[in-house]
Amino acid sequence: MLELLDYPFMRYALAAAVVTGLTAPAIGTFLVQRRLALLGDGIGHVALTGVALGLLTGTAPVLTAVIAATLGALAIELMRTYARTSGDVALAMLFYGGIAAGVMLINLAGDSAATLNSYLFGSIVTVSPDDLTVIAILGGIVLVVVLAATPQLFAVCQDEEHARVSGVPVRWYGILIAVLAAVTITVAMRTVGLLLVSALMVVPVAAAQQVARSFRATHLLAMGLGLLAAIVGVIASFEIDTQPGPTIVLTAMLCFAVLAAARGVMTLTGRWRRRPLELG
Amino acid sequence: MPVTPEPTGPVPPHPAPTRDAETPVLWARGVTVELGGRPVLAEADLTIARGEVVAVLGANGSGKSTLVRATIGLVPRRAGTVELFGTPLERFRDRSRLGYVPQRSSNAAGVPATVREVVLSGRLARRRLVGPARRADREAADRAIELVGLTELRRRPVTELSGGQHQRTLIARALATQPDLLVMDEPLAGVDAASGQALARTVEELVEAGTSVLLVEHDLGPLAPVVDRAVVIDHGRVAFDGPPDTAPSEHVHHHPHTGEPRRLEPLPHEGVL
Repeated sequence: MLELLDYPFMRYALAAAVVTGLTAPAIGTFLVQRRLALLGDGIGHVALTGVALGLLTGTAPVLTAVIAATLGALAIELMRTYARTSGDVALAMLFYGGIAAGVMLINLAGDSAATLNSYLFGSIVTVSPDDLTVIAILGGIVLVVVLAATPQLFAVCQDEEHARVSGVPVRWYGILIAVLAAVTITVAMRTVGLLLVSALMVVPVAAAQQVARSFRATHLLAMGLGLLAAIVGVIASFEIDTQPGPTIVLTAMLCFAVLAAARGVMTLTGRWRRRPLELG
Repeated sequence: MPVTPEPTGPVPPHPAPTRDAETPVLWARGVTVELGGRPVLAEADLTIARGEVVAVLGANGSGKSTLVRATIGLVPRRAGTVELFGTPLERFRDRSRLGYVPQRSSNAAGVPATVREVVLSGRLARRRLVGPARRADREAADRAIELVGLTELRRRPVTELSGGQHQRTLIARALATQPDLLVMDEPLAGVDAASGQALARTVEELVEAGTSVLLVEHDLGPLAPVVDRAVVIDHGRVAFDGPPDTAPSEHVHHHPHTGEPRRLEPLPHEGVL
């Protein structure tokens, strides 16, 4: 098992998986709390256009992807704020436009279907040392900002109006959440791929919720489960020769199933307190 | 609960009283609101003195909630002036003096949070920008939880609470900031009789400590004895402002366009009408 660390590409892939596994649920918890679980999916679609522009112009795709994803995230957040009535359709157009333009530009750049596939579903052999540096820096920034701003992000996602009355600049924190999600998607792009990155933001959170009773416990457990799923997924994808994205996501789903079953057993045996206590 | 002395700012351009003790905690004149091009509130006035409990009453869609939301900046005004503690709303930064209890909605957040976590989030206006909650923050949150009688449930996720317990959690969150003005939007909605009585006792204790209370309700119910003044909104206009026991209740929205609105009491701290 340890011999897989003899391969440099595996060491890079595992290091990228550690960063991805921690950051995706760290910001994902707030997306789920804000009921924006699918936001990551949309930004991922837009990021593909960024990747394609990078391939077309010979620039590092990670950099062009982070720019495109951030612009897409800002557009989504602004549409959510200002165009509530038509926001739904506008978002859908942005998603489809992003993936259509991305695929077309990658074709035009002369890259193969395999290249496209590696961005859509991740690839353990393509994480270069340069990529890893960018991933580690961006992931580190996301983690530090998320953990430092947790009280404000919690307040904004829990009750936007109350946060506004408390003097929290709600609009800026909404933009911060969208930008952090966009950067996280770029960080996770090499490991889980753009089409499945949203799953790593949401599934570990859903799994943690099965047993955690507080926000803090959910947040930390989700990060732990994300880390576990990313590492196990990358190792399994090497061992059984599958793409890492689907392998990681199915591992996270397995965590969800196990914890949901554990909760079911606890409920049946009466160890799960659910009845509200009536106090005077 | 200590009441901090009012900082004297520049003299406002309107004839609001400037002496500290008499500065109303909330002073609103000619508040006009349009939502989606439709007039919802027309030239409404509202004044709350220190230590006063004021209830804004009215039928569904009368604009009562809009008036209160406009005075704390949640709804944009088309016209009118609002001052909080003598400071125009646009320049009001002392947010910890304001406690807000929104209408309880059934749209729970997507991630569980305990009573204590939700109440602690009410301390944001007093907390450092970065860093963990300080001891003073945790103690204030625990005191607020105790005041609403939820100490034994403080580690429970709010999703497991009854309607009344959830409402008390939101009130505790507003109280955690130790506000001088507590604003509550329909605090009795979906609340059982015992929680309603408990809320009335809490309001009494707050008023004794010098806090002012502004609340929006359909019907005062158990809160009637603690309310000093009622303001009735009808079709976006102030139809009554006076003692709650003389406030028109059922019939007011049936005859909205006949005669002058009733105005039994002069508004306190008001200039020439």
